[in-house]
Amino acid sequence: MKDLLTIADLGADGIHEIMHAADSFAEVCQRPIPKVPALRGKTIASMFFEDSTRTRTSFETAAKRLSADVMNFSASSSSVNKGESLRDTVETIEAMGVDAIIVRHRSSGAPQQISRWANASVINAGDGWHAHPTQSLLDVYTIREEGRSFEGLRIAIVGDISHSRVARSNIEAFTLLGAEVTLVAPPTLLPPYVETLGAKVSHDIDTVLANTDVLYLLRMQNERMDQALVPSLGEYHRAFGLTPDRARKLADSALIMHPGPMNRGIEISPEVVDDPRVRVLNQVTNGVIVRMAVLYLVLSTAGADRSDA
Amino acid sequence: MVDAELRRPRASRFGRGEMTRFVPHTTVLTADDVARALKRMAHEIIERNSGLDDLVLIGLERGGVPIAQALGEALSSIENVDVEVGSVDASFHRDDISTTHILPEVTRIPFSVTDKHVVLCDDVLFTGRTVRAALDAVTDFGRPKTIQLAVVVDRGHRELPIRPDYIGKNLPTSRNESVRVSLDGVELGSREVLEQGTRESDQ
Repeated sequence: MKDLLTIADLGADGIHEIMHAADSFAEVCQRPIPKVPALRGKTIASMFFEDSTRTRTSFETAAKRLSADVMNFSASSSSVNKGESLRDTVETIEAMGVDAIIVRHRSSGAPQQISRWANASVINAGDGWHAHPTQSLLDVYTIREEGRSFEGLRIAIVGDISHSRVARSNIEAFTLLGAEVTLVAPPTLLPPYVETLGAKVSHDIDTVLANTDVLYLLRMQNERMDQALVPSLGEYHRAFGLTPDRARKLADSALIMHPGPMNRGIEISPEVVDDPRVRVLNQVTNGVIVRMAVLYLVLSTAGADRSDA
Repeated sequence: MVDAELRRPRASRFGRGEMTRFVPHTTVLTADDVARALKRMAHEIIERNSGLDDLVLIGLERGGVPIAQALGEALSSIENVDVEVGSVDASFHRDDISTTHILPEVTRIPFSVTDKHVVLCDDVLFTGRTVRAALDAVTDFGRPKTIQLAVVVDRGHRELPIRPDYIGKNLPTSRNESVRVSLDGVELGSREVLEQGTRESDQ
């Protein structure tokens, strides 16, 4: 497998393989020297055409722990948004000799397009409203780390489903593994084709909470507010935010997850952030581990033969 | 940590190398022979190290892990002390990771190796490249007093200056032969290439 573009490309088998490899890297990250020479001599270009701190840092940390060289490309977001100049940029970076390109772009499909131009492996670090596969993989790892089986696991994803690549990739990953996914949002924040996603839909978070094993909160994006999709952020918090009252309705064994960065007081009340069921920091730690597995599996498969013993 | 549902397939879809299957031709050692060889090796380990003080065993994933466990039990029963047994996957330290269609296993060294006598255990010693990688992997965990090597079968064809300290059996082979070692015995055979897309892989 040359690229990682979507969860669907991986399938359930591919997800299982990445989880298996990630267990090895979890151990590596706990060593006194959390670094192995697995990708020594490989060069990885990190091309972020859209702002990101945690995903970018997470990928870079993962690459460095595998001893790869990381080349940073900073796109001033205004200069590179036409198809042709994107191609020029990619070809220029590739001409310098890179083995993998990590792409974050605000246009859906940009990584697919780049993978057609580039010989290097392309890893999607989030494209538009389309997909964010490594986020889903770290979320799967985080749930799996708790010893939960996905078969029949009840996962509620709450928030702006229509504009969320995290939601789209997670629905794919969770349902592939056999979980029952419920999307919780006001009608204005659900995409028109929602019934094709293979998930249930609810507009009332309070009726969902008692029957939820994993509550996955999405970030309410302030930049959407000018589109008047919700009356106000305060109103959203009252109707869909995780307040202390709602947290009490969740089972003690439930997990509360969020891709970050959290808006305290909007999708989650400040008091709930410190709830023992919250796994946000585990998600961050696991992000490095899972991205190490992705980089290793994608980059270790090109080249010469391996002998037996 | 691995639940049943997410148990991994051994062969990876990420690999591009061809899949092979072992076809046995002759039995070299029976299960009893292997048990006797391990017992003798255990005595040699105790003799060489004047006991089992500060001695630990580390098996090389995957074939060396059951060997290390069996040697650990043999050592414990002879000297009546517990011997710590760990495992190491050397994949991340190899110089030839490309095309491996084998997913890495978790390295488990839940003890300090610094100032210990570390006995690396493997099923077959062939080119020596896995052992070289394992030396790098283990020394990342600390500074052992010594590192020694125990193998059930030494089949020759070394490509690096590595030699075993404890040997179950010297088995002259040709390069295109294949050796399968387990606690159930040692077989000499060959590898046959499976069709593309077949997911079988036994080593």
